[in-house]
Amino acid sequence: MLRKKSLLAGVLAAGLSAFAQAKTDLTMYYPVAVGGPLTKVVDGMIEAFEKQNPDIDVTAIYAGNYNDARVKALAALKSGKPAQLSVMFSIDVHELMDLDAIVPFDEVVSSDQDRQWLNSFYPALMENGKVAGKTWGVPFQRSTIVMYYNKDMFRTAGLDPEQPPESWDELVSMGKKLTKKSGSGKVEQWGAMIPSTGYPYWMFGALTKQNGQVLMNQAGNQTYFNDPAVVDALKYWQSLGNDHQIMPKGTIEWGTLRQNFLDQKTAIMWHSTGNLTAVKKNAAFDFGVAKLPAQKELGSPTGGGNFYLFKKSSPEERKAALKLVKFMTSPEQAANWSIATGYMGVSQDAYNTSELSAYVQQFPPAAVARDQLQHATAELSTHQAGRVRKLLDDAIQATLSGQKSAEDALNSAQKQADRILKRYR
Amino acid sequence: MTSAALKPGLFRPNLVRQAQAWLLLLPALIFLLAFTHLPTVSTVWNSFFSTSAGTPVDFSTENYQFLLEDEVFCQVLDNSFWYAVVTVPASMALALAMALWVNSKLSGKAALRLAYFTPTILPMISVANIWLFFYSPEIGLFNQILEWFGSDGYNWLGDPDLSLPSLMVMTIWKEAGFFMIFYLAALQAISPELYQAAEIEGASRFRMLRRITLPLLMPTTLFVLVNAILNAFKLVDHLFILTKGGPNNASNLLLYYIYENAFSFFDTAYAAALTVVLLMILVVLALLQFGVLERRVHYR
Repeated sequence: MLRKKSLLAGVLAAGLSAFAQAKTDLTMYYPVAVGGPLTKVVDGMIEAFEKQNPDIDVTAIYAGNYNDARVKALAALKSGKPAQLSVMFSIDVHELMDLDAIVPFDEVVSSDQDRQWLNSFYPALMENGKVAGKTWGVPFQRSTIVMYYNKDMFRTAGLDPEQPPESWDELVSMGKKLTKKSGSGKVEQWGAMIPSTGYPYWMFGALTKQNGQVLMNQAGNQTYFNDPAVVDALKYWQSLGNDHQIMPKGTIEWGTLRQNFLDQKTAIMWHSTGNLTAVKKNAAFDFGVAKLPAQKELGSPTGGGNFYLFKKSSPEERKAALKLVKFMTSPEQAANWSIATGYMGVSQDAYNTSELSAYVQQFPPAAVARDQLQHATAELSTHQAGRVRKLLDDAIQATLSGQKSAEDALNSAQKQADRILKRYR
Repeated sequence: MTSAALKPGLFRPNLVRQAQAWLLLLPALIFLLAFTHLPTVSTVWNSFFSTSAGTPVDFSTENYQFLLEDEVFCQVLDNSFWYAVVTVPASMALALAMALWVNSKLSGKAALRLAYFTPTILPMISVANIWLFFYSPEIGLFNQILEWFGSDGYNWLGDPDLSLPSLMVMTIWKEAGFFMIFYLAALQAISPELYQAAEIEGASRFRMLRRITLPLLMPTTLFVLVNAILNAFKLVDHLFILTKGGPNNASNLLLYYIYENAFSFFDTAYAAALTVVLLMILVVLALLQFGVLERRVHYR
């Protein structure tokens, strides 16, 4: 009898300890769209989270660029080994909803404290994540486009290095001074470069916003590609290469642009703020970062990745996932992430931390993206976003490479976009 | 002897042998069915019984009708055609020339062989990442070389007239080394006696090449041709890095367009229809190669 009892106790104890060790497993995919060892930074953050939460086990999988991350997360979802959360493109929201893949955060948060957290982010960063009154995406690696410029070249050209171009006209006039040709007429140094591969629609979103027009409505079922202000914006972009010759003709490669800037082949580049830390580390010259110039107004689209919660998950998993998202977007982590990458701190609280406020003070360019937020607009995001985006990308590239006029290209893109989006109206 | 002993046995040996053969083939057959034939059938099925919205429908040719209206598809088809027409013969000719070269008696040929074969060993993605910088207009190798000759250089990947040819050049460079290995193996299998005999007859080197080497290489040529054509349609890894099909689809190829439709646009129905087109092209090409060419091939 006694022996039986001790046996029972042993079994109970074993069971209890097993219970205590029961971990919630989370799988998360995340993309990296700019160069640099960002995966290490993410791994470090995940490790810190696991140390704080020994009952949660996180597998964070680096999944390539934004497109790859979405493909992999959705493939995992279909294969029955799903992820519970992922960082994906902020503009994937309509498609993820159409696929019934995600749940809004409003359904997962429970306490007032959680709801307060959900309201703590910069409103401009929530624009792409909010649809039909609910929050589907929480900002993580978010950016705007900023203007990097080579102060040394400004000095050589007789320009004030503290006065970067503030308007479209100034960009042209300064660009002309900054463009240098060799004796044979070959351009050795370009005035400016705006990348037109990879994410041409994103750069274009900045130009149209500056010209006072957005590219789509919030419901994501109407685009304004052939609006006169949009057409003019594309004409301006094309004129930089064709008429003013301060930018190379044809398309400019997104992936090699940073190297062009670092090798001093261009005085100005427009690029994601996510490149900031890499430029800071590698630039052998004095550089500055500024808001993009204005035409009718200042403007840039926001960009980058949001956290999404997947529908196929148990209540415990959702709770753990929420915990992870809260950790990753907490002021301390956001500050640490922003310093390591150049991406924005996603909330005002992040900039109030001692680390980030000290960093911004000794390196003011780190605040440009944040200061630009009040002029920011949502990134192009519609139903069937991939196809619609490609229509605009093709129109931009066709114009820049001289195959079509801006009007023709954008009219045709709008017509095809209308055909696709009709059934979502 | 044994077969004679078994003849009046209890069961027919032929049947046993048949069963044994089928059993041996079974594992391969299962994999072939599961990963090749079933997906093919389901692709064809999907192309007729689903639409862009992802919902199953009754029989519909909507996906195929869209093919006819789709300008991008026409361009992609055109691009793929030229891509194959240029890269296949060019890489084969280069492979043969390199094989003849490294097969001759010259010092340091092991190093030369290795050098020619290196591109094949490297993964396509890393090669493309390197070539992306070669092609870059401002900092790239090619434009720097052109600069020595006083040229302004070109925007290789950013000019719609140059982006596809640029991809072709890289493909030829990558493929030629691989095909060279096959040619080299075949060359070494040709008996030297044939050449000695020809020499006694007083044949010129060119005549030997035309009457001995090339005919005896024909089986290899057919094999390489089949592979080269398949690769011309199958290899699109470099597009992901170099151009993403741009600018404005100037360098988009059929398989990459299928990927875009399936995974960027989530339009699996249309992607299925495109896949059927690709499949038909490959079937027709295979029939041509094996039906027409094989008869001209001299096997020993």
